[in-house]
Amino acid sequence: MAEIVIKKVAKSFGGFHALHSIDLTIADQEFMVLLGASGCGKTTLLRIIAGLETPSQGEVWIGGRRVDGLPPRERGIAMVFQNYAVFPHLTVFENIAFGLRMKKLPRQEIERRVTRTAELMHIEQLLKRYSGQLSGGQRQRVAVARALAMEPDVILMDEPLSNLDALLRLEMRAELKGVLAASKTTTIYVTHDQVEAMSLADRISVMNAGKIVQAARPVEVYRNPAARFVGSFIGNPPMNFIPAKRAGDGKWQVAGVALDGPQASRDRLEFAIRPEDVTVGAEGIPATVRVVEPLGVHTLLTCEVEGALFRAVVESDLAVTPGDTLRLAPKPDRVRWFDPESGMAV
Amino acid sequence: MSTAVSVDAPHKVEVRSAARFLFIAAIVVLCIWVLLPIYLLFVNALSSPQEVSGFPKTGLPSFDFGSVRFFLSFAGVLQALGNSVLVAVLTMVLSIGIGAPAGYALSRFDFPGKESFRMLVVMTRAFPLPLLALPLAVLFIRTGLDDTAFGLAIVHTVLALPFAVLITFSLFSGIPIELEEAAWTLGCNRWQAFRKVVLPLVMPGIAASAVFAFTISWNEVFAAAVLTIQNRTLPAFLVQSLNVSPLHLKFAGGAALVIPALIFIFAVRRYLFAMWGIANR
Repeated sequence: MAEIVIKKVAKSFGGFHALHSIDLTIADQEFMVLLGASGCGKTTLLRIIAGLETPSQGEVWIGGRRVDGLPPRERGIAMVFQNYAVFPHLTVFENIAFGLRMKKLPRQEIERRVTRTAELMHIEQLLKRYSGQLSGGQRQRVAVARALAMEPDVILMDEPLSNLDALLRLEMRAELKGVLAASKTTTIYVTHDQVEAMSLADRISVMNAGKIVQAARPVEVYRNPAARFVGSFIGNPPMNFIPAKRAGDGKWQVAGVALDGPQASRDRLEFAIRPEDVTVGAEGIPATVRVVEPLGVHTLLTCEVEGALFRAVVESDLAVTPGDTLRLAPKPDRVRWFDPESGMAV
Repeated sequence: MSTAVSVDAPHKVEVRSAARFLFIAAIVVLCIWVLLPIYLLFVNALSSPQEVSGFPKTGLPSFDFGSVRFFLSFAGVLQALGNSVLVAVLTMVLSIGIGAPAGYALSRFDFPGKESFRMLVVMTRAFPLPLLALPLAVLFIRTGLDDTAFGLAIVHTVLALPFAVLITFSLFSGIPIELEEAAWTLGCNRWQAFRKVVLPLVMPGIAASAVFAFTISWNEVFAAAVLTIQNRTLPAFLVQSLNVSPLHLKFAGGAALVIPALIFIFAVRRYLFAMWGIANR
């Protein structure tokens, strides 16, 4: 059992605040992804959990034990690094066995575990090689095998796939998900790739400027972003935003069209809709088409609404050319509203 | 528009070929600067005494080992050689023992005054030894370190230390910190991670830097001449006795000094280049 509890963890480097009072609980066996742009503090948070970085404030608990004063080796964790960190002077076998030898396990047990994890990661034919003789993808497999062989309570992964090429990344992603689910460890996975986050996570913590903006299931993060930042960061293309003015009667004026909206004390809100949640019809928001990109499954339109960009995903058989003006009707249950000042959902 | 190009192009080619000529000329001059004395040294050390002082010169060695043999049987040469090796080995051990931890600290930790410390390490080389020689000699005589291999090794260590620190600094910087971090997460404490991961990876470079320290001590003559009397090292011994020796013996002594240093430096050249490449960051 290894539930991870992070209490009010903050970190500053000199005058720079990398993390502002993070509170987060990760359940046993949960796959948690920390997602954010570079510099948002996600790697710092991971390194604090690993014990490679000391928090300026706050507590870290793993499996009911306070660990923030302990060195990494006493935390029951294993880590996979972005650049793999496979020891160049050891064979693949010795790399995977490294942690087991440190634990002083009996020889047969070491051999059994190395063989098992190597088979799991499909590198059993590489055990005698050195890291210099391996491709990037193979090194990545060795790094994961080395972590799994420790049979840790918690596996921490710092952008493990970002150095692989696109096709290999796709393959490793599916494989990692299967292997980690079977190993029943708690996993924290740092990435800036939203597709990776969506596909792997039980829960995603979206981070921005040293804070966790939203921690929820992937679909929830996608459908109901807690903040404007989440909507604009997740989704490809991201959410569309249009300023809205109060029109009375619970109606809001959006690009010249009155739409049903929330009861809010403010006079101005921001209307938001995902590109795939609009339908082309006789009424709706008037949009001038600028670019048409047929993508096969559907067609991506880049339009202009009141001088701002607005993207829409439409049926691929819709006949449309740049310069046309369409009426885009938002699906009512998919419309979201944000407070323009706080950036939070209304 | 084509006229502008056609007027410009030959001019550019001229400038580039002139720059190239200068570049190659500089290389040739430098090579001659270094190689010519070494060549003359070898030719004359391997020639008979008559050839050394006679004319005309052939410019080629006659492989007459008489001078070298005579030099080696000269009273005191072998003892001086032994002293040289002893002092150089002590210097090597001391400068790596002190320099490598400093290099590791410089590459892995941020501490106040780190940059000034790096600067200071280099600055020690700017302090002229002759200025220090007299007070050092007095101090050594008072403490009983004068005329001992250990006393001289301490002085040579001071000379070799800046290089040891800078070379090991660049060696350790070349080892990604993630390798150590990975070892920490796999059950190592700091020392174990260093011994099991970092040390095997830097060992060849450490050996190179040790050889370099050895060479510095081997070639050093001033401190050796001032601080030792009975237990002279080879360079100090040669300075004292070759002054009054015939020309062919001077050449033989010179060659005996240059050959080991040349071989050592040649063996570790890769690491010395790496040192300047990385340490300049």
